[in-house]
Amino acid sequence: METILVLAHVETDGTLAKPALEALTAAKSLGGEILVGLVGGSVQAAADQIAGCGATRILAVTGEAFTQPRYATDAAAAEALCRAAGAPLVIAPSTSRWARALPGVAYRLGGRVDTHATNLSIRDGAPAVTRWFYRQRMEAVLARAQRPWMLLVDSGCFAAWAGAPGTAVVETVAVEPPQTRTTVTGIRAPKADEQTIRPEAALLFVAGAGWTKKQADGAPHAAEAATLILGFLRAAKASLGGSKSLVDSSGEGEAVLPFMTHLNQIGQTGATPRHPKGLSTCCHGEEPHVVGWRFVNQRRAINLDPNCGWARGKADVLYVADAFEVMRKVNALLG
Amino acid sequence: MSLPFQIVVCGSIVPDPLQTLEPITGPAGPSLKNEMMLPAILDPWAGHALFEAANLARTVPGSKVWLVSLGPKAKLQQVMMTVAQKVPFELVALDGPASGFADSFETAAALASAIEAIAGLDKSRLLVFGGWESASRGAGATLQMVGERLGIAEQFLGVDRLTVGEDGGLEILERIEGGKHQVSVCAAPPAVLGWATGNLPEPRNNPQVGMANMRAIMPALQRAKAAPVANTGLAYVSVNLPKQQRETRIVKNMPAEEIAREIVAWIGEE
Repeated sequence: METILVLAHVETDGTLAKPALEALTAAKSLGGEILVGLVGGSVQAAADQIAGCGATRILAVTGEAFTQPRYATDAAAAEALCRAAGAPLVIAPSTSRWARALPGVAYRLGGRVDTHATNLSIRDGAPAVTRWFYRQRMEAVLARAQRPWMLLVDSGCFAAWAGAPGTAVVETVAVEPPQTRTTVTGIRAPKADEQTIRPEAALLFVAGAGWTKKQADGAPHAAEAATLILGFLRAAKASLGGSKSLVDSSGEGEAVLPFMTHLNQIGQTGATPRHPKGLSTCCHGEEPHVVGWRFVNQRRAINLDPNCGWARGKADVLYVADAFEVMRKVNALLG
Repeated sequence: MSLPFQIVVCGSIVPDPLQTLEPITGPAGPSLKNEMMLPAILDPWAGHALFEAANLARTVPGSKVWLVSLGPKAKLQQVMMTVAQKVPFELVALDGPASGFADSFETAAALASAIEAIAGLDKSRLLVFGGWESASRGAGATLQMVGERLGIAEQFLGVDRLTVGEDGGLEILERIEGGKHQVSVCAAPPAVLGWATGNLPEPRNNPQVGMANMRAIMPALQRAKAAPVANTGLAYVSVNLPKQQRETRIVKNMPAEEIAREIVAWIGEE
């Protein structure tokens, strides 16, 4: 088996986050010699965290310039680590930081890159990667002749590596920070009590456009819909998704669900989050939407239409009912 | 007031998402069954990038928008009949595959060559736009390689907003983990921006814009250079549809209270 370099960036607290540890597990599953390349302001704590992972070398690019998630500096650091390691396979977590930088690094190294890998395997003695095409509508296994081959592994596909920490020897790779015109000035996040996207939540709650349509009394009840949805999210600690039609109507200036943005969108042109359970409400469950549910294991839906898409083998349970009425009762039970 | 921008949007076509897709494998590798017969649309994320580009060009006088598109010429022509009515742009067409199975490395090479060949392009004012992923390959890798080939190391992915400051600097919001945005300031172009959804609704059809665009689009399609993507060194071991057909339990006529109890119990299960 070929030598593998696992690339990881350290978090602001100096440790490695779960996606990096998952990438380490993914690399170890292939069975080759493992090298680790770390990027960050200071990496010793992260190196110590994985001291027992069996890596033969831990390389690092450190310095103030490499603390900011930014293409120019991240690409320079990754390029230097790849050149120093000389590994034909490079595996990294599919974080926003590496997803931005590593394709360009693959080009610089004359290699190739495949992203959103969901599984790695050995076929005829060579590595092969599983990934999805056409927005999770078909799954392919592919292999490449070119090296280095960089693979970005989606989070949630491998268990996070867990082992006893120790004291690691880190080899520093010197890199002159490249000239850049870009400065990272901050992070913009919703207030804690308005945070509706929770990637680690056990439950994904998806709202469809039906929440803002006219109800049985002939009038829309968007304000009550907002209260019910937010109340449920708080009580169940669920993450919120939205159908394209609902998200678009919010973006078009209709005062519907003020907390619903494109970031919540699930489906063909939205996200494909990973949650153990998903509850869909007021959404028809047509294919462009349901492709976003590919990695949601247990699925239930509430819809007034017994012939909606969810009924056609896309949900485990379809409740033919009024979501307003049901969610009022659910919220009451959750207290 | 900022100097004008030269905005090149990279974007191709994808099958209409409402179509049923089925993979087939031939001597040249995998493709879609009846691929040339499937109705196509402009890739949704590339569409967002195009609309953002047009909006930026409208607000910064003197700016210009090109759409560089790699796809089968006949399909491009069909899609352009619709897209041309949305916003003003000049098409640069490349006659090649729009398949999700086409390699991003070679696709990037074709796109970068086409951008380099745009007559009179001022690369010091260049903004390369595109979707942060396609709805076909979904790699999110092509734009970065286009940027590298053009020598642009100011790159952004998952962009939801671009604001041009009084000093001409670009404030960019990129999606990061957990529903947050990273805020960066890029002092000046050139830059590469892979757009997520942005904030703009799809523009209404404007027949006047359509007629103006089509005058240049038809000659551009006739001039389209062949841009084959050979997928050198790439081998597909298998391509399959998922086999996740669930046995759906359809619950009718159950009182809301009982449904609620069942849902709460389900949520609480390990």
